[in-house]
Amino acid sequence: MLPCLVRRAVVISNHRYGHVKNVLPKIPGSYHRHLVTSVDPSSGLTEEQEQIYKTALDFAHLEMRPHMAEWDEHEIFPVETMKKAASLGFGAIYAREDFGGTGLSRLDASITFEALSQGCVSTTAYISIHNMCAWMIDTFGREDLRKLWIPQLASMEKLASYCLTEPGAGSDAGSLSTTAKKSGGDLILNGSKAFISGGGDTDVYLIMCRTGEPGPKGISCVLVEKGTPGLSFGKKEKKIGWNSQPTRAVILEDCRVPITNIIGKEGQGFSIAMKGLNGGRINIASCSLGAAQASLEISADHLQVRKQFGKPLADFQHNQFQMARMATKLVASRMMIRNAATALEESHPNHVTLCSMAKLYATEACFEIVNTALQLHGGYGYLKDYAVQQYLRDIRVHLILEGTNEVMQMVIAKDILKSK
Amino acid sequence: MSLRILVGVKRVIDYAVKIRVKPDKSGVITEGVKHSMNPFDEIAIEEAVRMKEKKIAKEIVAFSCGPAQCQETLRTALAMGADRGIHVEVAGPQYETLQPLHISKMLAKLAKDEQIDIIIVGKQAIDDDCNQTAQMTAALLDWPQATSASKIEAKDGSLQVVREIDGGLETIKVKLPTVVSADLRLNEPRYATLPNIMKAKKKPIKKLTPKDLGVDVSPRIQIVTVEEPPVRLAGAKVENVDMVVEKLKALGHA
Repeated sequence: MLPCLVRRAVVISNHRYGHVKNVLPKIPGSYHRHLVTSVDPSSGLTEEQEQIYKTALDFAHLEMRPHMAEWDEHEIFPVETMKKAASLGFGAIYAREDFGGTGLSRLDASITFEALSQGCVSTTAYISIHNMCAWMIDTFGREDLRKLWIPQLASMEKLASYCLTEPGAGSDAGSLSTTAKKSGGDLILNGSKAFISGGGDTDVYLIMCRTGEPGPKGISCVLVEKGTPGLSFGKKEKKIGWNSQPTRAVILEDCRVPITNIIGKEGQGFSIAMKGLNGGRINIASCSLGAAQASLEISADHLQVRKQFGKPLADFQHNQFQMARMATKLVASRMMIRNAATALEESHPNHVTLCSMAKLYATEACFEIVNTALQLHGGYGYLKDYAVQQYLRDIRVHLILEGTNEVMQMVIAKDILKSK
Repeated sequence: MSLRILVGVKRVIDYAVKIRVKPDKSGVITEGVKHSMNPFDEIAIEEAVRMKEKKIAKEIVAFSCGPAQCQETLRTALAMGADRGIHVEVAGPQYETLQPLHISKMLAKLAKDEQIDIIIVGKQAIDDDCNQTAQMTAALLDWPQATSASKIEAKDGSLQVVREIDGGLETIKVKLPTVVSADLRLNEPRYATLPNIMKAKKKPIKKLTPKDLGVDVSPRIQIVTVEEPPVRLAGAKVENVDMVVEKLKALGHA
């Protein structure tokens, strides 16, 4: 508790009494930077974070944005582009460095995804899920599993999928029914997983399955490799957006894996899955944020170029007010996301609630921003020649996955009502 | 070989930004505008890093001159693989009237102080398009120059450089020490990786003033006016070649 208070003191002193900050004890970490978040995404970041953002944005503009419409239209999973992204350190951003992770913070990951998603939301969202899986193995996996998988995942030579949802267990994930029965030194898995991002095209599946009693405490997290007999996939789903990554059901029929493939302890699976999702929620919200940032910029350009009734659209007060609201929502979203990322990094007592709030608020606010951006484009906004519609289609699902926004409200309300 | 390379990196308005002229026509708007490393200088850094990777060079010193934000540009160079940075701080009106000759003098002095074997700069900066710094630096040092390089090969005590010239490609050999300017097709610069961005933080940046290098940067020129390029006028369709000629004659072009 004490370090927390001291840190707060430093923050306050920076803002109000800048001159006294030198007499306070120096604490390593991010608290010495100035914390103002603004429409400029790099505002309030440290010098290194600015570089990270810039590198990710350059990558997004040069390697992804020119292809994002094609990846969407032809449903191309851009594996080579993702490997290239991984070569810069984007494959396992917040996994430890000893086996090839990049060893950065949740905030660093958030600003990376915010930048990358401007080039393609769908591809970035998959990269973020892959990062979440790498972190789960890195944090909870035994040393031998980390040593085997982290290098391959960090380089994205091998791709990972997160498998929690089932046809009969969505928001009520704790009731999942995929089973893993012990047989000698092995586990035999049976059941099916629905809506699996990357499913069929990825190499490593982290399957939440029941190894014990009913309810969350009987669930374990088991790593299953593609190619294991008994592992198969459903048809590729047709989706509104997120078309640059395949979504399939994952089917397990007497699928036998060594018991040593359990990540963490037996019965710890649900907890691991939820911990992964805390970061996943920040990551997904960051992808919405990138789409909103790009849409705001595109709209500002459009309003200044497009003329109707003899003047640029930007000269109409209605449009000015729309832009003002979009920008305000954007900054509010960014503040919530970055605040939650910092909370998660530091295991703040309220980090679960803050991550849920950031996901709830930012995915909705950013969807509204992009929807308004589309409206400001008029008929052009509805054409696939213009990027806004793709941002809109791609971020719509962010209100549904990684825990629906309704589940976010359950989590938040539970926390608030418990503490009163 | 174990050469020391000095690379000049300039902070310029990002190539993707739409340039706007200040209302009083004294210059272009730079406040709140995204800046990046001059793209030709990125190519220069990349080439130096490749020479270090091939063990031709042992140390890369990145140099930038301008306001405090130039340190960001230097950090980018360090993240790409330069070993240390030198920032010569010039701000305000002096910065606005800074000329290639000033930079050349600084580079020349640093080349002596730091025992540099090769200076690499971008062939020009995308803001003022001067294309003068390499040439003047070589003159001040009385070193050979290889400008607009599209290929560089180190050969015992000299560099073989392919230059892009109007008529095609020219291959020349220059003795070390030398000054090289990088053209667009010399290489494709790498992205800084996240681990290297973090490592760059620990690399040193030395801060100097023009005075430390004995360079007088007091303005020699005065900016009279900066204007937008003329707006393109609407065209007209013509039926055939004769009408084109007729129109051109009428407009006084032929």
